[in-house]
Amino acid sequence: MIAEAGHFALTLALFVAIVQATLPMIGAHRGNALWMSMDKPTAIAQLLLVTFAFGCLTYSHVVSDFSVVNVVQNSHSLKPMLYKVSGVWGNHEGSLLLWVFILAAFGSAVAMFGDNLPPTLRARVLGVQAMIAVGFFLFMLLTSNPFERVFPAAMDGRDLNPLLQDPGLAFHPPFLYLGYVGFSMAFSFAIAALIEGRVDAAWARWVRPWTLAAWSFLTIGIGLGSWWAYYELGWGGWWFWDPVENASFMPWLAGTALLHSAIVVEKRDTMKTWTIFLAILAFSMSLLGTFLVRSGVLTSVHAFATDPERGVFILLLLMIVIGGSLALFAMRGPSLRSTGVFKPISREGGLLLNNLVMSTGCAVVLLGTLYPLFLDAVGGGKVSVGPPFFNSVFIPLMIPMFMAMGFGPVLSWKRSDLVQACLRLKVAFMVTGLACAAFLALIDQGPFLAILGLGLAVWLFVATFVELAERIKLFKEPIGSSFARLLRQPRASWGMTLAHLGMAIVIAGMAGAGGWKVESIQVMTPGETVNVAGYDYKFIGARQGQGPNYTIIAGEFEVTQGGKHVATLKPEKRNYPVRQMPTTEAAIHTLFTGDLYAVIGDPDGSNGGFVTRLYFNPLIVWMWAGSLIMAFGAAVSISDRRYRIGAPAKRKIQNAAQAKV
Amino acid sequence: MKRFMYLLPLGIFLVIAGYFAVGLTLNPRDMPSTLIDQKVPAFDLKPIKGSTRGLSSEDLKGQVTLVNIFGSWCVACLTEHPFLMEIQAQGLVPIYGIDWREKNPDDGPKWLARRGDPYTLIGDDPESKAAIALGVTGAPETFFVDKHGVIRYKHVGPITPGIWKRSLWPLVQELRKQ
Repeated sequence: MIAEAGHFALTLALFVAIVQATLPMIGAHRGNALWMSMDKPTAIAQLLLVTFAFGCLTYSHVVSDFSVVNVVQNSHSLKPMLYKVSGVWGNHEGSLLLWVFILAAFGSAVAMFGDNLPPTLRARVLGVQAMIAVGFFLFMLLTSNPFERVFPAAMDGRDLNPLLQDPGLAFHPPFLYLGYVGFSMAFSFAIAALIEGRVDAAWARWVRPWTLAAWSFLTIGIGLGSWWAYYELGWGGWWFWDPVENASFMPWLAGTALLHSAIVVEKRDTMKTWTIFLAILAFSMSLLGTFLVRSGVLTSVHAFATDPERGVFILLLLMIVIGGSLALFAMRGPSLRSTGVFKPISREGGLLLNNLVMSTGCAVVLLGTLYPLFLDAVGGGKVSVGPPFFNSVFIPLMIPMFMAMGFGPVLSWKRSDLVQACLRLKVAFMVTGLACAAFLALIDQGPFLAILGLGLAVWLFVATFVELAERIKLFKEPIGSSFARLLRQPRASWGMTLAHLGMAIVIAGMAGAGGWKVESIQVMTPGETVNVAGYDYKFIGARQGQGPNYTIIAGEFEVTQGGKHVATLKPEKRNYPVRQMPTTEAAIHTLFTGDLYAVIGDPDGSNGGFVTRLYFNPLIVWMWAGSLIMAFGAAVSISDRRYRIGAPAKRKIQNAAQAKV
Repeated sequence: MKRFMYLLPLGIFLVIAGYFAVGLTLNPRDMPSTLIDQKVPAFDLKPIKGSTRGLSSEDLKGQVTLVNIFGSWCVACLTEHPFLMEIQAQGLVPIYGIDWREKNPDDGPKWLARRGDPYTLIGDDPESKAAIALGVTGAPETFFVDKHGVIRYKHVGPITPGIWKRSLWPLVQELRKQ
């Protein structure tokens, strides 16, 4: 009964979305205020219906209703409650339902807080949102119904893929989808602007907070995903250039470019075409990310539902959404007029470089991800494109980008002087030079690239601080007046400073973990000690036992350095009998300088030995700390007053108070 | 020139979409099995409970046959089961079954008693002896064996009427002609 109610609500939501996709659009075209005003009630009705449907599926999972196929295939009566709930979106059908739920929530947010938007713009934005929703509802109802029943009801479920039974992953998809779907807002605004033929500063101010929010969620989502890969897959690695990871990384790259590009539209009334294009690109990549792994076109180590029969529908949807929006872009794009002009060396120039590098990076990742498909399609056989390709193309692309990132914020708008900028950054140059000399002197081995990475991290970190110091006129005015300036900095510029500092920390983490990882694989008997990167790992022993829905081998290591106790590590290997699948639970102890990481494997031989893998991963936690700082920076920026006051008339006053951002 | 720049993204997308369309006709799971065009590895499985004859690799000679890996624990097998019954009812091609990894020897026979038995002969394989020799990655999986006892194709996942009509049935007919 509950499942049928959910199914009914979903069907009803489809019809509401059809109304929302047509009436307000036609109303905006004809100037019919009544039709336009239908956008708000329909958007809210759609959210209520989808929320109800989502609640129904969650209920079915929580009470383990094994007459619902989705529950049978992804749940088990013995599964802990957290994973019964996260199992709702840990599968193809449920994750789509989460997707439309978030889409409807974003739509309603525009409906409820968008009173200061021009009515035609709001009607069109919500109309485009509803068009996307219609596509998704149809896809779900026709090919991927989460409420399908099975008769007779099963005795018990097949269990959620054990790899997914993990707190890190339980919350990974919601964040990722908040990011993906968040870009639908920028997309809808871009399409609405193309229809209206107008892109101005006010438009950019409405788009930017949504983009920032989406970007912030996506950053956390990707961070959680790589953190999960790091401790759950037990290989000590954190990024594998796997199609699913790439699928989340491409919209992030496009989104990063978009949120920078929108600043230029807002401040300087130029780079409009870029901004519109990037908004379309970011959402197109999100759609590709959502579908690439489901369509059956590519397989991946963690693909969840591949089915070529759904593929045709997906391709059709992509053709309409991406093809349609790019066609509209080709038609209307050339008529967008910009007033701002700028020289290559200027703040705009720096941001343009950012757009170019990010888009190229996105293209590189797309090419690498789709290359196996291209080759297979022309009969070239099965290949997989691995880290060597991505590392050798992507990293060189990013190095000049990180160098420029230190310069960008100190350049002035319109026209700037490189020599002047270098002089302003002289402290940063000196510190970076000293740091690099120290690295070369202290670190006697390690790849050049990793040392370069550390140098770049120092450069970006210090340059960002120098820029902040410049802005508050530190040491140029009395300290009290500098401090007063510091407090008066707008939140948007705090956001930039935080995000750039976060990026510097991420680079340091990647360089450290990539360059100096120490790995040791061996069979150990209880009492044996192995030295890894200066730490003594003593194997205490292992016992076998029983968890709620799995059996375990639990090992114990004592880690000491120079005879002093550092940590006790307790890695586990779990075996889930329902799916006959083992998982590793790595034991990790995080130190400021790096992670102690231990994995236990199967018993080996007759003398009580176990296969063990021990790692020292330097600086790795900096990567996730840095990502969080970046996401936090975006959040601070969203809270800027300017975005809550949409009216363009107030802009002058604001600008006078905020000098520059 | 400027027009062209605006059309470029659409052009690139259409090329990618074209590849997607071709890609959909290919099956990425269609992993080239190393056993294709090899003789069926030798196995001799005991009968399932309540039956007198098991299944050995010798049984797969003299005519085109399907060898279907199934288990009472496997939900996907349940979805393809009615269609296997139909193949058997129409007498299209003999299907041999390997009852894989039953926890309890009663499970397989009970499952078949309840839903019908489409198989000419069934071998019981609780310890994955034949399954490992055949390189089975999961259930259901179906091997197409020609009259010389040579594996000619492996289908991963449930057999659906669509796939059967499009590619599997033509394959059987072609193997018969050879």
